[in-house]
Amino acid sequence: MNIDLFGIDMNVWADAFIRVNIIVLMMTVVVMGLIYLERKVIARFQMRLGPTRTGPLGLLQSVADALKLVAKEDVRPRNADPWVFELAPYFVFVPIFLMFVAIPFAVDWEVRILDLGLFYVLAVSSVNIVGWVMAGWASDNRYAMLGALRSAAQSISYELPLVLSLIAVAMVANSLNLTEIVAGQGRIPNIILQPLPFVIFYIAMLAELNRTPFDMPVGESEMVGGPYVEYSGIRWSFFFLAEYASLFIMALLASAVFLGGWAWPLGEDWGRGWQFVLTAVKAGAIIFSVFWVRSTFPRLRIDQLMTFSWKALLPLAFVQIMVNGAILVYEPEKEVAQTLLGVTSAFGVFFLAWIINRSVTRPRPRPVVAARGEAVS
Amino acid sequence: MATQVRPEHEFDVQDLMINMGPQHPATHGVFRMVLVVDGEVVRDVVPYIGYMHRGGEKLSETMDYRQGIGFMDRTEYLAQFNAELSYVMAVEALSELQVPDRAQWIRMILCELNRLSSHFMFTGAFGTDVGVFGTAFTYSFRERETVQDLFEEITGDRLMYAYFRPGGLAWEVPDNFVQRVREVLKSVRQGIKDMDGLLTDNEVFRARTVGIGAISAEDAIDWGCTGPVLRSAGVPLDLRRTEPYLKYDEVEFDVITGTTGDVFERYTCRIAEMWESIRIIEQCLERLEPGPIMPERMPRMLRTPPGEVYMRTEAPRGEFGIYLVSKGGNRPHRLKIRSSCFANLQALRDMTIGSYVADAVVILGSLDIVLCEVDR
Repeated sequence: MNIDLFGIDMNVWADAFIRVNIIVLMMTVVVMGLIYLERKVIARFQMRLGPTRTGPLGLLQSVADALKLVAKEDVRPRNADPWVFELAPYFVFVPIFLMFVAIPFAVDWEVRILDLGLFYVLAVSSVNIVGWVMAGWASDNRYAMLGALRSAAQSISYELPLVLSLIAVAMVANSLNLTEIVAGQGRIPNIILQPLPFVIFYIAMLAELNRTPFDMPVGESEMVGGPYVEYSGIRWSFFFLAEYASLFIMALLASAVFLGGWAWPLGEDWGRGWQFVLTAVKAGAIIFSVFWVRSTFPRLRIDQLMTFSWKALLPLAFVQIMVNGAILVYEPEKEVAQTLLGVTSAFGVFFLAWIINRSVTRPRPRPVVAARGEAVS
Repeated sequence: MATQVRPEHEFDVQDLMINMGPQHPATHGVFRMVLVVDGEVVRDVVPYIGYMHRGGEKLSETMDYRQGIGFMDRTEYLAQFNAELSYVMAVEALSELQVPDRAQWIRMILCELNRLSSHFMFTGAFGTDVGVFGTAFTYSFRERETVQDLFEEITGDRLMYAYFRPGGLAWEVPDNFVQRVREVLKSVRQGIKDMDGLLTDNEVFRARTVGIGAISAEDAIDWGCTGPVLRSAGVPLDLRRTEPYLKYDEVEFDVITGTTGDVFERYTCRIAEMWESIRIIEQCLERLEPGPIMPERMPRMLRTPPGEVYMRTEAPRGEFGIYLVSKGGNRPHRLKIRSSCFANLQALRDMTIGSYVADAVVILGSLDIVLCEVDR
């Protein structure tokens, strides 16, 4: 069986081999770029310069870091479980790369068009938690253990709102095929029709990625790195690579599902190059906002994180699905249905904001000012 | 070590012990605490101190009074002027030296500026404890740096000032002192507002701090807490007000107290205290007049008559006291430092038990300890 790759007729296995290699190479470069970008962006937020010394504008900083990590000794604690400890990074790393298979970059620019693309991406993305728990368990370190347990609890809690928010969008798009979802957004992107699922997806995405304000599995000031505290050198860099790769892919997923990917607002007439740039810009905007949140937000506590997921995000996502179902079934007029979807969902966003506001803003205790010369009790 | 009697379990459940420190990023120096946790809930805390013990009190007995000042800087390295002040005032009380007015006003300005820089250090480090990735730290260090620059211009050193002397000051401040202080205050005001915007009104920050690590006024008094930790619990004990030293009885300022004594109030009390410090400094600048900075006829080698004295002042972290025993001569016979951090730290166990692991870090940060002062 032969397949068409960039206009060349090719054997299916050779084709798969080439595509996988392209992905791995591209990801490595993208991750290096993301690390550099994050350092620069956060440095700007903190009135610093970030890397400046290695190469022009410090562009080679990530390369230098990578070289350093490769050259470092691969330390394994004596009491660690050798097999589990050494396999854990791959269990984190491989599923992230598998997610790439279904992500569309431009018209016909994806590894494979899968009819259940969305389902596949979600299924694969939840595998990497196994790697985190393996790392935490095998490290024979209590910080790692606690971090891994937190990570597991967090992933399970936030996987649900993530999936449910995407189901709501899939109902509107009437497809699970990512390419079709993107192509269907030529006129109106899903974020307009479904703002609440977008907000839920964004929050759950931050939690899935262990990013601030949900970074308690790795929180530097309490868990000192969490599951990968005992890792060093190349194995540690696998975790790091996976972290940024998953950030990139989640941003791509968000831009495809919610922001219209390559389709909105250019449409299909523009060339693939522009569509690719458009996808990258949208993903870049999401990545930038993640960096922004990271540099300004404190970290939530684990119980608050769980409460937020189970008591706020999950019910709201369910309600959105039911509302979507009702509208799509009983409202045959497409324009009216879309207006209804957008309005109800926007109302949901305000409701979520109200919940957040109500749950954290307690009456602010004002320091009482003692009168002059008052006696000490 | 377990503190609670558990109900019968089917399995043999064991509490997990987590060793935090002395190399943990959140312990503010070399402090070690062993947390006994049940899942995420802290059942017991065992603090270990003493890693920074340098025998400073004994060391001070071998130094003459002028050399002892430098050791105070090394004891309380974030509020150096306040620590020096207690020491020189103890020596002055013992040898009955009269300090000129100008020296007193300048001492007040420097002490309050030091309170500002110390509280900025607190907000920055506390922000990191709560989980902000360094932004609170750089924001507060930007302001701390302006204060630090001013201190450097005056004393010639960025950390170990050794500027106060028994009787007055080491040397006159630069000519543009008043103007420079006003510049610093302008920048500091903006810094406090930035801090408010970044942390105080942040929802996640509120969620993490309100109601955490509360301590009642009675408990705080029993543990010997002082400073913002005590005042946030509702006790208006401020030595600047209750036992005025320097010229504190001549300036207008409010004693900031809280009501609940939780982490958030410890933070807001410090922020409010910073505004009060600015108020005090402005009044001091109005009253500052030219004049001598040392009493006339200071002896070349200071010798104190036999006797003992306890002198305490309100340092940023609470009561910093010096107990000084002299048997004549130019050295103390015995020097005892009453450390505010040491007393505040004792309340840690009471505050932490029953909270979450992440809260333990926040509570420790809210106490604003300086390990050098705790261990001496």
